[in-house]
Amino acid sequence: MNRRMIQSTVAAVVVGLLPFALVAETAEEKGLAIAVEADKRDEGFGDSTANMTMVLKNKQGDTSTRYIRIKTLEVIGDGDKSMSIFDEPADVKGTAFLTFSHAIKPDEQWLYLPALKRVKRINSKNKSGPFMGSEFAYEDIASQEIEKYTYKYLRDETLNGIDCFVIERYPAYEHSGYTRQVVWINKAEYRPEKVVFYDRKNSLLKTLTYDGYQQYLDKFWRADQMHMENHQTGKSTTLTWSNYQFRTGLEDSDFNKNSLKRAK
Amino acid sequence: MKHVLTVIMLATTLQQTPAFAADWSGYVSAQYRGFFEDPADPRQHNNYLSAAAEPEFYHRWQGGDQSFNTILFYRVDQYDENRTHGDIRELSWTGVFDTFEMTAGISKVFWGVAETQHLVDIINQTDQVENVDGEDKLGQPMIKLSTAQDWGNLDLFVLPWFRERTFPGVEGRPRPEVVVDTDADAIYDFSAGQDHIDLALRYSHYIGEWEFGLSYFSGIDRLPSNFSPIAFDPGGQPTAVVPIYSLINQAGIDGQVFFGDWTWKLEAINKEYRSGDRKGSHTFQSVFGFEYTWVGFTGGASDLGFVVEYHYSDANARETIFDNDLATALRFVLNDAQSTEVLLGFLTDAETHTAAGFIEASRRIGQSWVLEAELRTYNGTEQDRPLYSFRFDNFAQIDLAYHF
Repeated sequence: MNRRMIQSTVAAVVVGLLPFALVAETAEEKGLAIAVEADKRDEGFGDSTANMTMVLKNKQGDTSTRYIRIKTLEVIGDGDKSMSIFDEPADVKGTAFLTFSHAIKPDEQWLYLPALKRVKRINSKNKSGPFMGSEFAYEDIASQEIEKYTYKYLRDETLNGIDCFVIERYPAYEHSGYTRQVVWINKAEYRPEKVVFYDRKNSLLKTLTYDGYQQYLDKFWRADQMHMENHQTGKSTTLTWSNYQFRTGLEDSDFNKNSLKRAK
Repeated sequence: MKHVLTVIMLATTLQQTPAFAADWSGYVSAQYRGFFEDPADPRQHNNYLSAAAEPEFYHRWQGGDQSFNTILFYRVDQYDENRTHGDIRELSWTGVFDTFEMTAGISKVFWGVAETQHLVDIINQTDQVENVDGEDKLGQPMIKLSTAQDWGNLDLFVLPWFRERTFPGVEGRPRPEVVVDTDADAIYDFSAGQDHIDLALRYSHYIGEWEFGLSYFSGIDRLPSNFSPIAFDPGGQPTAVVPIYSLINQAGIDGQVFFGDWTWKLEAINKEYRSGDRKGSHTFQSVFGFEYTWVGFTGGASDLGFVVEYHYSDANARETIFDNDLATALRFVLNDAQSTEVLLGFLTDAETHTAAGFIEASRRIGQSWVLEAELRTYNGTEQDRPLYSFRFDNFAQIDLAYHF
């Protein structure tokens, strides 16, 4: 979190605490406060590992499956570090991505190509491109930092029986593929239940829904399933997560070019 | 073809043995290569069939801190006896000790950033019979010590055995007009010969958007310094040669930087000959260029990349095709479920206007098959230049591989 963010967060909190709150909380302040609380509730997971099955489905209903292992290291005050290792399809087995994500500057990203044993630094200025042919863009799967967006509270709404805040967020990153996203946040647990994405022309693009939330270490909520539907192409991608483990002892040295080459 | 079936059956059996199931992978592939014109040498053919297998066994323990990796390769070619060949691509142990990492055995490493020529990449010998692009490498015996620190990565190599370059046989195509005889003994113009222990060092690091590497190699040049004739026709012209290998010291630099959607790249080497006729002489070679990616150029998921690289060498233009050349390429990446990609490029010589063109396309079929198609053309080749041998050798190639 950068200093300006901290100041505005502190300001928001202080304003919220004013006993004689003559200054009504604006929609922007309330939106930010919800994002800050959601971020706070996910802080301190340390590191995690998980297996992901990615099923791509085209308009005709044909499917294609990828198996990916993901390791994540929480970085306080910046985007997380992560490593994604492909197990299937077999022709890309061993291909791995190392990403140091950042909120408002380009990520640092390296790709390992096992057939050539080549580590290639990727120009990741553009985070809006699809991740491995899926409907998830790189910016969708990257760690969610407060500074990535500015916020606005819209309304309260019940979604599938769950009381939610509905907030709108606007990407701060100038090369984002979106003008805005509308997010349904579970009021009790401050976790996202649904996100609707609008493209650069502000047309409806995609809807992401979260299913099968499970709580780990009595604190951290992770969805078993994330479903992304592209309304413009009719394609969809379903991510199914399994074998989540937290605080496995991963450290910085597990996230460098040497460990990328060994990842497999 | 019987060999191929055996390899396929072996690979399938191993894959299905449950105890090792997770550790086995690889591919088997079939290839067709067809030429559009009759060959320069009547001993060559117009159509070639070939099959290859590359099984891989991987095992790790101690939470991945120690691992063992084997990659075997074998190809059977219908006509080219040299292209029918096997290689141990990898047979190595790797151990991680805190910030240090050690690899011992046969392995492969890649250095560099450029796309159309790999100048600084010198550890592994080129498996030239595999394809004319030189992207395939032979396994190299090595002890590698590596450390990743805040100040960058440092790799040290001890390379105790030299691998000789593979060359197409008499019936192979495309090939140089004069056959390189790899069955006859190659010439080493220094006493240690193939047993010479080569040493190499590489430092690499990145700062923000800048990536760079410095490398130094002292040992046997992977590229022959010259060829010596061993057979002649009645007119006294050589019909077969053997490669001459020499000792060199080579300093290399490579780097790349991002400016927006542009990636600028540079590789340069200075090579000093330490043995033979060229002892004491130097050559300088470089490749400099950029890659620009137009993300979502159709308005959808596809990317269009432009690659432009200029190659320079002060060595004799008879030795390298990259003496004063411009390589330009277009890369279409569809970003679809089948990972469809098409690469289309030209290498043009600034003086002779010789143009070598290529198209490479690949697409996954179903979950396990990959289809690759390739087209290579050579236009306006001039006598006395390396590509002159390929003047009738425009060809198309199709590869179908099953991955497991």
